[in-house]
Amino acid sequence: MTIKLDARIPAGPLAEKWDKHRFEMKLVNPANKRKYHVIVVGSGLAGASASASLSELGYRVSCFCFQDSPRRAHSIAAQGGINAAKNYQNDGDSVWRLFYDTVKGGDFRAREANVYRLAQVSVNIIDQCVAQGVPFAREYGGLLATRSFGGAQVSRSFYARGQTGQQLLLGAYQALEKEIVRGSVTMYERHEMLDVVIVDGRARGIITRDLVTGEVAAHVADSVVLGTGGYANVFYLSTNAKGCNVTATYRAYKKGAAFGNPCFTQIHPTCIPVAGEHQSKLTLMSESLRNDGRVWVPKKKEDCGKKPGEIAEQDRDYYLERKYPSFGNLSPRDIASRAAKEVCDEGRGVGPGGRGVYLDFADPIARLGEQTIRERYGNLFEMYQRITDEDPYKQPMRIYPAAHYAMGGLWVDYNLMSTIPGLHVVGEANFSDHGANRLGASALMQGLADGYFVLPATIGDYLATAKPDTLTADHPAFREALDGVQARTARLLAVGGKRSADSFHKELGHIMWEKCGMARNAAGLRQALEAIPKLREEFWRDIAIPGTGAELNQSLEKAGRVADFLEFAELVCTDALHREESCGGHFREEHQTADGEAKRDDANFAYVAAWEYAGDGRAPVLNKEPLEFENIHLSTRSYK
Amino acid sequence: MKVVLHVWRQAGPSAAGSLVDYEANDISPEMSFLEMLDVVNERLIVRGEVPIAFDHDCREGICGSCGMMINGAAHGPMKLTTACQLHMRSFKDGDEIWIEPWRAKAFPVIKDLVVDRGAFDRIIQAGGFVSAPTGSAQDGNAIPIAKQAADEAMDAAACIGCGACVAACPNASASLFTAAKITHLGDLPQGQPERMRRALAMVHQMDIETFGSCTLFGECQEACPKGISIDTIARMNWDYLFAAATERQGAEVGGTG
Amino acid sequence: MERSGLRRFWDSSVGKKIVMGATGLILVAFVIGHMAGNLQFFSGPARFNAYSHLLQVDVIELTWLLRVTLLASVVLHVIAAYQLTMQNRAARPADYVRREPQVSTYAARTMRWGGVYLLLFIPYHLLHFTTGTLHPAFVRGEAYGNVVIGFQTMWVALFYLGAMAFLALHLYHGAWAAFRTLGIARPSNDPLHRRLALAIAVIVPAGFSLLPLSVMLGFIR
Repeated sequence: MTIKLDARIPAGPLAEKWDKHRFEMKLVNPANKRKYHVIVVGSGLAGASASASLSELGYRVSCFCFQDSPRRAHSIAAQGGINAAKNYQNDGDSVWRLFYDTVKGGDFRAREANVYRLAQVSVNIIDQCVAQGVPFAREYGGLLATRSFGGAQVSRSFYARGQTGQQLLLGAYQALEKEIVRGSVTMYERHEMLDVVIVDGRARGIITRDLVTGEVAAHVADSVVLGTGGYANVFYLSTNAKGCNVTATYRAYKKGAAFGNPCFTQIHPTCIPVAGEHQSKLTLMSESLRNDGRVWVPKKKEDCGKKPGEIAEQDRDYYLERKYPSFGNLSPRDIASRAAKEVCDEGRGVGPGGRGVYLDFADPIARLGEQTIRERYGNLFEMYQRITDEDPYKQPMRIYPAAHYAMGGLWVDYNLMSTIPGLHVVGEANFSDHGANRLGASALMQGLADGYFVLPATIGDYLATAKPDTLTADHPAFREALDGVQARTARLLAVGGKRSADSFHKELGHIMWEKCGMARNAAGLRQALEAIPKLREEFWRDIAIPGTGAELNQSLEKAGRVADFLEFAELVCTDALHREESCGGHFREEHQTADGEAKRDDANFAYVAAWEYAGDGRAPVLNKEPLEFENIHLSTRSYK
Repeated sequence: MKVVLHVWRQAGPSAAGSLVDYEANDISPEMSFLEMLDVVNERLIVRGEVPIAFDHDCREGICGSCGMMINGAAHGPMKLTTACQLHMRSFKDGDEIWIEPWRAKAFPVIKDLVVDRGAFDRIIQAGGFVSAPTGSAQDGNAIPIAKQAADEAMDAAACIGCGACVAACPNASASLFTAAKITHLGDLPQGQPERMRRALAMVHQMDIETFGSCTLFGECQEACPKGISIDTIARMNWDYLFAAATERQGAEVGGTG
Repeated sequence: MERSGLRRFWDSSVGKKIVMGATGLILVAFVIGHMAGNLQFFSGPARFNAYSHLLQVDVIELTWLLRVTLLASVVLHVIAAYQLTMQNRAARPADYVRREPQVSTYAARTMRWGGVYLLLFIPYHLLHFTTGTLHPAFVRGEAYGNVVIGFQTMWVALFYLGAMAFLALHLYHGAWAAFRTLGIARPSNDPLHRRLALAIAVIVPAGFSLLPLSVMLGFIR
C-alpha cells in the first residue's frame, strides 16, 4: 500500500486559485443535498461551524462530541484574538501581508495556496461572526477594535476581551443549535469516536462509544469530517483541556490516512509555570500580554533568589528586546519559548525550580495607569492571581513555555480531504496552514475558515462523485470495525493491573517533554524511541481500570486515549528524528547557527512529511509532498 | 495538609446515592480542588475501587464542564471562581468538605457528581441565536455598535453554561442562564429582529425543562463564576412582557422536549 | 392580546412573576395609603370617625372599586405565589444534604411563611374591624372606639403585631423584587431599589403598629 499524495492545488495565479477552484468544483443539486449524510466529529470552532454551515446548505449532518455539550469544546479556551486582513487600522495590512506573515511565521513549511486562501477568507469570518452577535471589542465610535499579536507588525487581531475563543465558539455553537432544532443536524453529546469505517476505499462512517451507557454503535454516512483538535496532550502537561486526545486522528491514521508533520508541535511562551508534581494541566496567559508586558530575567544567577523588586534595572536582562530589537517582546512563539528555555538553562530562571521568567507590567502601569491595564487584561490578571496567589499589579508575573498546539495533523489536500477518499479533516486536526509554527490568533482563523467557508465549498466536489446508496451498518466492514472496538475495550478492561492511566500518561509526557520538547537531538529522540515501546508494554500489562464498560467510566475513556498516545508518541519522535533541520517549533540542537538560531535546510527538507501506517510493529512509511514557493522568496526567518 | 471529604456517590441515574467519606492526605495548598480529587481518585484506582466521577475539561475556568456543590456553595467558597480554579489554599488543614452534585429535576444525576445539563442546550435551541446563515453577512463595520452596548452584551455573553446558577438557586431556576443569553443578543443590533420571538421561546422552554421560577434570592448572581448580574433577569422579564403584549395571533413559539 | 396569548403569559413562570410584581405594587400602594389614613387615629375620635364615615358612606362607590381591585390583586398574587411555589418545589425533588445560603436575605427566605400568615390575617382583620363579626363590641360608625376596644384584648393586639412583623419582611423583599422584576434600567439602580424597599418596609408596618401598641401600652384608653 503506498499513498499517492496529490495536493490538488489549482493552477493559475495565487490570488485567483480559490475563485477559479470554486467555479471548477462540481456542485450538488440543492434538491439532492438532503440525500447526503455527513458525519462531523468534534464540535469546536471547525466542527461546529462546519456542521452548521453544511446543514444550512441542505445536507443531513450528525455531529459528535465527547463533552456533555458542544459548547464546551476546547476552542472555548482561546483568549487573545482572531486575525483578519481587514486593514481597518490603515496600518499597511492586506491579504498578501497576512499570507506572507503566516508563511514566514510557519518557517516556510506550509502550502502557499492554502495559506493564501486562509488570508482571503479571514475577512469573511469577522463579518460572519459579527452577524451572529459575537460581541467583539469596539472603539467609542462603534467600530471594531483590534490589537497586535506576536509575529506581526500590524494590528489585525479582533478580540472579545480575553475570551475571544469562547465568544466565537458560542457563535458557532448557537448556529449549530439553530440547525439542531430545525432537525437537520442530529447531535450526539458524550459520544467518543473510536474508529473510522472504510468501505470500497471510501470513508463511510464511524464507530462510537456512548460514554454514558457504554454502548458501542456504528454510524453510516456519505462522508466523514474530523474536527477533533490537536494532540498537545501527548506531553501530558499542556494548555489543552484534559479531554483533548489524538484518538480520532490516530485511528484514521491506522486506517490509511497519512499523518502530516507530527513533530511540529508548538510550545507557547506565556504559561503559568508548574507549581508541583500533582499539576494536572498548565494554564496559558494570553500572548496579548506581551503587547505591554516586558519579559526579563536577572543578568546574574546570584540574583535569581531575590525578590524581583530588589533587582536593579541595570541588573535585568530584557533578553527578547536585546536579541530581537525589531519585534522585541512580540517575537513569534517558537522564538520566545526557546529564548526562555535558553536563559533558564543558563541558570537564570526564576521561581520554584528555576523554570520561569518574569513578565513585567511595572512600566506600562507607570505609563498608562493601572486602570488601563486593568481594562485590557483584567481577567487574565485575576486568573493569574487565583492560580498563583500573587498579585501581578504589584509584582511581575512568572511565566514559562508549555505545550500548546499541534501544527501537525492528518495530511489533507487543497479540498481538506485526507488520503482516504471521503475523510475530510478540519481545524487543528489537519496538518494545515501553519507550517512549522503557528502565529498567535491564527488558530481561530483557520478553524473557522475551514468550517464556515472552505469545507462547505469543497465537500460538494467529493459528494458529487459519491452517489447516495443503501449502505447500512450491516456491511461487513462496519461489523468488523465494531467488533474491533469492542475487543479493544474488553482487552483494556481485562488487564486488571495496578497503575492508573494518568500515571502512564504522566510518564509518557515526561519522556516527550524532555526528549522531544522545545529542543530535540538525535540521541535523545533515540532514547525516547526506546523508552516509549517499553512503557507501552508495561501499560498493557499493568493498566488498572475499575468498573465496567457498560457505564460512565472515566478511567476507561482515559486509558483508551493514553493507549493511543503511547503509540502516537513514537510517530512524533520518528518524525522529529528524521527531520534533520531546525524549523519553527521543531528545533534540532544539531542544526543551529553560532548564535543559537534555528538553521533550516530548504534543499533537503522543504517538504511535508506524510507518514503512512504500515502495520503494528513496522516502521511507518515516509511520503513527501514537496513544498513549492512560487510567490515568496525563501529566506532565513529573522525577527531581529 | 489533610482534609476529610464527604462525597456524593451514586452508581447510576436510577441508583440510590449516599455520602461516602474519604481522607485526602498529603494535599498541598497549591493544588487545585480538582487536583485534590485526582489524588483521591489515583488512590482509589490503585486499590481497584471505582474513582469519583466528575465532569471537567479545560481546568482554566472557561469550558463550564466542572461544577459541584462544595460545602453547600456552588463551585465552593471563592467568589467568581469555578471548581477547577479553586485552590486548596482556600481550606485549612483538617477541614471537612462536603461535595455534592448540582441538584435539580432538570439536571438528573448520571453518576456521582456528573449531571445531565442538556436542558441548557435545549433552551439555546429555542431561540438563543441570531439566524445569520454562513455567507450572508455584510461587512463587520457596517453597523457601528456603541462601545457600551458591546461591553454590556459581552458582560452577559461571558456565561459559561456551568449550571451554578441553577444549583445555587433555592428554586432551581434557570433564569440567570436564560436571561444572560436574552440580554447578550438583545443588547446588539444583530439580535433585534428575533428579540421578541427569542424571549417568548426561551422562557417557554425554560418552563418545559421543569426549572423553578425566579424569586430574586440573588444566590445565582453570587454563585456565577463570571459575575453575571441579575439585572439581566429584569431585562428578560421586560422583553417577555413586551413580546407577550405585542405577540401576533397564531405566532409560532418554539420549544422542544 | 388575545386569549391564548394571555393564557400562555399566565402559564409561564415569567408571566406569573410579572403578575405578582404588578399586583404586589398595587398592594404596596394600598398599605401605604391605609397606614397614612390610620394615623388619623391619633387626631382623636372625631377626626378618625369622620375619616371612616368618608370611606364607608360618602365615597362608598370608590371604596368598592378599591375593594374589588384589592381583592383581585390579592387573589392573583396568592394563586401565582402558590403555583410558583409548587413549581419551585418540584424543580428540586432531591435536596442537598448541605446547602449554605450565601446572600439571600432572611426576608427573601420567609416570603412564603409571611404570605400565609398575612393571608390568614386579612380575613380576620376584615371580620374584626370592617364587618365587626369577630369583634366583641362592634358599633357601626364608631371606628375609634372599635379600634380601642379591639386592641384591648392582648392576643388580638399581638396577632396584629405579628402580622406587621411579617408585613415588614414581606415588603422588604417583595417591594424590592417587584421593582427589580419590573425594573429595566441598567446599569443597576439596585441601591435605590433597596433603600426604597427598606423605607417602605420600616415606615408602613411601624405606622400600623402604633395603633395596637398605643392601646396595649395604655396611652389610649
